[in-house]
Amino acid sequence: MNIKSLDPRVTRANIDENAQDGVLNPLDHFQTYEVFEQKKRGTHHIHVGSVHAPSPELAMIFAKEQYTRRGQCVNLWVVKTQDVFVTEYTDADIFETTASKKYREPDAYKVIDRINAYKERTKTKSTI
Amino acid sequence: MYGNAYVENNGQQHNSLTANEDPIQLAAFEARIAAGDKIEPHDWMPTEYRKQLVRMIEQHAHSEIIGALPEGTWITRAPGFRRKLALMAKVQDEVGHGQLLYSAAETLGKSREDMTNDLISGKSKYSNVFNYPALTWADSAVIAWLIDAGAIVNQLANSKGSYGPYCRALDRICAEESFHLKYGHDNVVFLATGTATQRAMVQDALNRWWEPIMHFFGPSDKMSVHTETLMRWKVKMATNDDMRQTFLDMYVPKIWDLGLTLPDTELKKNPETNKWEFTEPNWEVFKQVINGNGPCNKERLAVRRMAEEKGRWVRRALLSEKAEYVAPLA
Repeated sequence: MNIKSLDPRVTRANIDENAQDGVLNPLDHFQTYEVFEQKKRGTHHIHVGSVHAPSPELAMIFAKEQYTRRGQCVNLWVVKTQDVFVTEYTDADIFETTASKKYREPDAYKVIDRINAYKERTKTKSTI
Repeated sequence: MYGNAYVENNGQQHNSLTANEDPIQLAAFEARIAAGDKIEPHDWMPTEYRKQLVRMIEQHAHSEIIGALPEGTWITRAPGFRRKLALMAKVQDEVGHGQLLYSAAETLGKSREDMTNDLISGKSKYSNVFNYPALTWADSAVIAWLIDAGAIVNQLANSKGSYGPYCRALDRICAEESFHLKYGHDNVVFLATGTATQRAMVQDALNRWWEPIMHFFGPSDKMSVHTETLMRWKVKMATNDDMRQTFLDMYVPKIWDLGLTLPDTELKKNPETNKWEFTEPNWEVFKQVINGNGPCNKERLAVRRMAEEKGRWVRRALLSEKAEYVAPLA
């Protein structure tokens, strides 16, 4: 029996209420793309989520609909999820900074004492 | 839009959720959550944590998609062009929310195709309210205001949960829901302050929707080891009763403010306990509807099935042979 709905569009579609088709196979909804949005010129692109799409062009259209429907956006990137290389959270120790790498920090460099000592030294010499 | 997840509770008193887990990994996992850190897709997690989250996020996603159907009923006959545009935008938002949530669920290892199959076959559930018909325009107003209000109570709580991808999706969703709430309130106020016929129409819709709204957050939770574990894991953020109380606190005064009534003579706030008292909704009806016997279950799933079936040839034509599925990153 076809469905009679309060929604005229559903009634017009003549849907058999007992139909059993519609089973999906893997990849029927395509592969995924990661979406990066730039809100304003001069700022970084930031990861905002993903979309399913059959091609980069359609991924771009879906990303625009999904992620930029409100608010400001000046630029979008999409990239196949499978092309993104990622680190594992279990390897997070590779990002740790040890005290022995202090030479990379600005506050490891204190020159003022040396400058003052030098000035003191040369002043004494010149008075001789 | 979504009510509380119908979390499975097998009634076992022993903590079966963690029985087979490595105690060291489990302790580190729980410490991370207790410290307020988020869990990310590739982190170690207990099997039951993954299972309950997939189930919950998937139900939420289905609810967004199916929830668009009762409201969509009135797109063709919305009173006025501005309301038609607003309703279309709202329905588009809901479908977009479904996409965001499916992506979050996919990060836990269930493919979108499998989720859609489980929806169509009736294996996965969605929020019970969407199995009721939107008989008049006033129904669509009540749905947009009060069902979305209930959903916001739930979603704000869940956005403080422990699973990173779900929290991020909910932050985006909550931002858009605030338009839905305002739009729905505007529609209800317009009818409630209009002619006698318009008032009668919105009162009638409210009378019919009150029980589904009371069902929305689900039955009282049995406080078990199971529930406690899910709350400690920040999968479940508040009890169903607490969410229902929050909702009643926020919206019953606003409904009464418009001179509208609710079809429950017992409904009142007890000044001593500071809690709302009400007639217990009929949970047998709730169970019947969720198990497929509501007024619109068949139609909702048939429409969803038809959309897959009629779109199939387009998707097949677009599918590249080189395509390879990888779950979304985050």
